[in-house]
Formats: sequence, C-alpha cells, structure tokens
Amino acid sequence: MPSKVENWKSEVYGSEIREHLMEFAEEGWDAIPEDEHDAWFERFKWWGLYHQRSGQESYFMMRIGTPNGVIESGQLEVIGEIAKEYATGPVDNPEFGAAYCDWTTRQSIQLHWIKLEDVPEIFEKLESNGLSTQQACGDSWRNIVGCPVAGKDKHEHIDAWPVAEDLHEEFKGNDDYANLPRKWKVSVTGCDQGCGQGDINDLAFEPAEKDGELGFNVRVGGGLSRKEPRFARDIDVWVPPEQASDVAAGMSALFREYGDREDRFNARIKFLMDEWGPEKMRRVLQEEFVDFELPTAGEDMRDQYTYNAGHDDGHGDHVGVHEQPDGNYYVGLDVLVGRMGADDTLELAELAEEYGSGEVRLTQRQNVIVTDVPEENLDALLDEPLLEDYSPDPHPFMRGSIACTGSEFCSLSITETKNRQVRYARWLKDNVDLPDGVEDFHIHLSGCTASCAQPQIADVSLRGMKTRKDGEPVEAFDIGLGGGLGEDPHFADWVEMRVAADEVPGYIQNLLATYEDQREDGETFREFVAARDEDELQDLAEAEETSYDDPYMHNTKMTWYPYAEDDDMNASPAPTDGSGQPLPSDD
Amino acid sequence: MTTDVHQLDDGAWISVNDSREINVSDLWLLARHEFCDCEMADFLAEGVVEVGVDYPDIDARFAGRCIQCGTEGVTDWLTVGRVIDPEDGQFYGVVPESVHVPRKRTRLARPE
Ligand code: HEM
Ligand code: SF4
Ligand SMILES: [Zn+2]
Repeated sequence: MPSKVENWKSEVYGSEIREHLMEFAEEGWDAIPEDEHDAWFERFKWWGLYHQRSGQESYFMMRIGTPNGVIESGQLEVIGEIAKEYATGPVDNPEFGAAYCDWTTRQSIQLHWIKLEDVPEIFEKLESNGLSTQQACGDSWRNIVGCPVAGKDKHEHIDAWPVAEDLHEEFKGNDDYANLPRKWKVSVTGCDQGCGQGDINDLAFEPAEKDGELGFNVRVGGGLSRKEPRFARDIDVWVPPEQASDVAAGMSALFREYGDREDRFNARIKFLMDEWGPEKMRRVLQEEFVDFELPTAGEDMRDQYTYNAGHDDGHGDHVGVHEQPDGNYYVGLDVLVGRMGADDTLELAELAEEYGSGEVRLTQRQNVIVTDVPEENLDALLDEPLLEDYSPDPHPFMRGSIACTGSEFCSLSITETKNRQVRYARWLKDNVDLPDGVEDFHIHLSGCTASCAQPQIADVSLRGMKTRKDGEPVEAFDIGLGGGLGEDPHFADWVEMRVAADEVPGYIQNLLATYEDQREDGETFREFVAARDEDELQDLAEAEETSYDDPYMHNTKMTWYPYAEDDDMNASPAPTDGSGQPLPSDD
Repeated sequence: MTTDVHQLDDGAWISVNDSREINVSDLWLLARHEFCDCEMADFLAEGVVEVGVDYPDIDARFAGRCIQCGTEGVTDWLTVGRVIDPEDGQFYGVVPESVHVPRKRTRLARPE
C-alpha cells in the first residue's frame, strides 16, 4: 500500500503545486483548509518551502538551490535584500540578530520566518534574477553539489561546472523526474581533491580517465541519515561529460521505478543498493534505462583526494587566498556555522562586485568564496572590516565548525545547534591549544540522526541526545571520532554517549591533550583514532564541566523559540497573519 | 468523521486530524516493557516509526534510546493520546513523562 505522502503526491505534485501555492498566498494562511494542512505542507516542499516546527505555525523555512553553490554577479544582493525584508521573525536570535542567511552543507541557501503571503513577491524577485526555490526540498532532484571552485581551480581535470549546470537545466522542472520516491542528491566532481563529496550522495560523478579520455566514474547509494550511513558504491560505469546527463536520467528513472514508495524510511536508493548490490544496479540500469552500451569504469583519481582526508596538503576547505588558472584569485571566507546576517550579506555582495567579478560561491563546509579577484585588488579586499568577522585565515576551531539548523526551527531536532556551536568554537579558541602542526580540525554538530551537518565525516562528531543531570533532563551529545573522506572514507566511531552539552568542550579539551601526549611523530588525528580499538578510544578522555557556560541546557525543543524571553510554548504568537499578527489557532 | 492519524517529516511528529500533536525529543517513562533491562526505561523518542488507532486511543511506536542504559531500538505500541469524540476530533494527549506501559499490538496499524 502506498504511503499517505505518496497518495498526496499522486493527487498534486511537481510544478503544478505552484498555482495552488500562489492562490493560498494571495488569500492568506487561513485559506488553506484545516484538514488539508499536512498534504499541502508536504507538497510545498517541492517549491522549497518547509513548514517550521511546532510553535512556529504559519512560518516557513525557504531554501534556494544554487547549483554547485554558484551565486552569480548580482544575485547575492538579491538574496540579502530578501532576507532583510522578509526573513525576520517575532524574536531576534541573540547571536545573529533579526534577519540572516544560512549557507548550507549542500551549497544552498536557507531563509527562515518566511510568511506564505510574501511568497509571490519573493518568487518574482528571485526568478527575475535567475534564482529559484524549485525542488530545493521534497521528493525530487535536489540542489546539485560539486567542487565549489569548479572551473577556477588549478587541480582540475574536468571543468565540472558545465556538467552540473547541464544537469540542473535538464532535471529542474522536468516532469519525468519530478515525483521520485524520496530525495535525490547528486554530486559532480571534476578536481583531483574530491571536494564534491560524492561519497555521501545518492548519485556521484567522479573524475576518471578511460582510454586517454577524461570523464566520470559513477557511484550510487551514499547518504548519512538515520544511523544508516552509507558511502556511495562503485557501479563500474564510466561516462564522458556529454553523456553524464543520459546516465543521470537513467539512474533517476531507475530510482523512480524501483524505489520503495510504501515505506519512506526505506525509500532512499542506498537501501535499494543494500538489497541489489552494485552489479545488479548496473545491469538494471543498462537493460532498462539507457539505450547505449555503458563503458566499464575508468581509472579514477581517488588516491589523490585530499579534501577532508585527515591531512591537509591540498586546497583543503577552500578558505584562504588561492590562485586561479587565469591568474586571478579566489578568496574563501570562514562563516562560522554558515550563518551570515542580512546586512553582512549585502556588504559581501558589494565587496564581490567591487574587488571581484561579483560572483560568490558556497562550499559544502558552510563557507563563502569570493572569486575572480585580480591580484592588484587582493590587499584592499583583505583589508576590508567585514573580513575580520569572516576571516580568510581563521582559527582552526572556527573554520572546522559546522552545525545544522536544530531546535531553532527544525521538527526533527533533539537539541539546539548553531548558537551552541558558536559558543563551543569561541570557548575552544580561547582555552584549548591545538597540538603542533594541526591546522585543520573538524567538529560537526547535528541536532539529530538525520545528519544534516554531516557529523559522521568529521574529526569530532556531535549528534543531539539527552541525558539527566541531577535528575533533570538536559541536552546532550553522542560523540564520535575519526570520520572523514578521501581515498578511503571512514565514518566516525561513536565513542562517548550522552555527554551533557556543557561538558562537551571539556571533553574535547581533554581529548586533544591526550592526542598531543600520545601521538606518534606526525600522526594525524584520524590516524590516531584509527590506530586504537574501542576500549582505547573510550579511555582517551573524560567529559567534564569547565568555564564554558551553556544557556541552552533546558530542552529547547519544548519552547516555541529557544531565545524568546518568554519561551513557553503557550507564549507563541503563531500562527500569524501576513503582517505577523496572531491568528486564533485551531486548537 | 474518521480520525486521521499519520507521522510526517520523517517521523518528526504525529498529526491527528491535521494538527501537530506529538513531537520527537520528549522523554517517556516506560514500565512493564521489553525495550531494555531497566525496570523503568527513560526513553528518548527520536522518531515516530508507526502510528495506529485503537478507538479511542491513538497509538505509536517510536525509535529512540533509553538514556539510562543506552539501549537503542523501537518501542512496542504506546498510547500517545485519545480522540474521545470522533465527531469533534478533539485530541487529548498523554503526558510523556508520566508512566506508560507499551503493548504488543494495536488495532489498526495503518489507519485511513
Ligand atoms: C528545517 C531544516 C531541516 C530539516 C527538517 C531537514 C530534514 C532532514 C531529514 C529528515 C534528513 C534525513 C532523512 C533523509 O535523508 O531524507 C536530512 C538529511 C540531510 N539533510 Fe536536512 N533538514 C534540514 C536542514 C538541512 C540543511 C540546512 C541542509 C543543507 C542543505 C540539509 C542537508 C542534509 C544532509 C546533507 C543530510 C544527510 C545526508 C543524507 O542522508 O543525504 N538539511 N535532513
Ligand atoms: S540534523 Fe536533525 S536537527 Fe539538524 S537540521 Fe537536520 S533534521 Fe534538523
Ligand atoms: Zn534502559
């Protein structure tokens, strides 16, 4: 029996949702029939609108998909203006203010507190500037990710940007692939460093050579969610760039036909891969979904991958000043937990126009890159006051921090995330010395097992939990160690469970002290973890309270908004009308 | 009207007649259960796995963990609330942190 969501999708899904959405927006929140809320909110996701969590009814998260993270000249200003005008909620965030943009781990943009009534104006503004929210959420082709400096990098074998662009053109708004059993995440990598993160996507194109020709090997079935992390598996197929789209069409059609539509928890293609294995996946693709002979895999470049590989000898996380092949430079800026105030975003847009080509790109580490900066402009750009807050040369604890949305807005969350990670990073910077030579240290914090912050591929993984302290429930984290990508990717080993949130910084401090003390010469943190068994890992460090102070211990998910003065669920103004005035709620 | 129950957003919450009623992240106290060896399980609900109606009860199974002993898994059926009058559809939720006894089955695991 198809799931309830499948039934709703079979009634209305894909592009056609838009006219309904626009109608509701014109008439206002109240126009959505009460007994159709669930169905419509499920469908709105396809147009990038995700209903915020309990206590925030009538407000939406809006996601804008920017393929490969490329924000063209002029677009960042538009995004900043939209954030400033429309993304302000009833209460400010104490770290980030009234309006802000989130740069996400899939090179997209998230705005919060969006009112349905404002959607038509926002869409018009986005679309007249070449931006869109289409398929940013929902069961379809999601934003295509890749090496954020594709086409501007010295390490490149193939310029993957035209390929990503092609896929974006082909599969956004394409009715044949609009209604898939579940989300479909695609990555295209062209450089030899592996920064497209193909291994954790449903479908990955990775650079490979066949008979002297450059193209891609194909991997399928990666994903991190639900304590069922999988790396994508090699299906022994090579494609030249001009056929990537045909293979992608075949693979997503295979998913459309064979993915599980009865059980959403079993729907991602990683589970079909579990069941079939790569040989059958290849065979079915060949026999039923492509009309040309698939070449076998070519020679890949994985042995050269440096991105998040545990040692940093490549362009690393793209932060810093790097020369482009055309003699210009790109300047990667660290955005702590990926969140930038609307005014700062507007300022950044101006700097990009003034010193570069106006283009800005987003990385999968929640950072931004200003591209195309001529050498003679570098010093002036680096002197700009904005770069004090968003540094091209940040402290390792700052640049290594990633955090998901969490209990501020997200229904699935167990804990507060971004504001806490900001406080962790600052405390660690002020109180903990990294062992000599360690310049890269990744701490990824996710508020639940969905793993939007990609915790399993970090040096230190934090995943939202609870525990009791003096009998009272408090927010906590499971702590994993030693994850990362590279030639031989590895998911973190879960080492300490349910550490109270205010004892996590102390744990990391003790952990790094042990590492410094016990490591072999030149041993990276990842190697250090890999060299130890479960018991040894558990003995590495104790969690403890320190001078770190955590204002979010109190089960933030039970509030209507964790930072409101009166945060009680009953104090919520939601749902509100188009001007933010409370409406009588339905219960 | 019939009572319409489902889990949404990947098991983040339970909808009863298009109203968000039960969320993940609550702690449930479980007695006479088979979830773990603790006499009383201190169960953190991380995701709704399945929902059912056994009039007047609304039941659910959750994925999560006993934060006392660390056991992870999926619970048997827990009553999360009641709809006493199907005509008005009003939902009366239970208090998660009071004591609950899981049951092996519910009547309608997949309500319409
Ligand atoms: C309101 C906020 C969000 C909600 C409710 C949400 C929901 C989810 C859910 C339910 C999953 C796991 C199930 C699945 O794989 O489909 C998931 C996984 C994931 N989400 Fe989110 N998410 C949110 C924000 C984000 C953001 C900001 C990003 C970055 C664009 C993101 C990226 C990811 C990634 C990378 C994964 C895990 C990898 C994978 O399995 O593919 N999510 N999210
Ligand atoms: S990891 Fe969990 S808490 Fe964080 S945004 Fe994703 S779904 Fe929400
Ligand atoms: Zn137990």
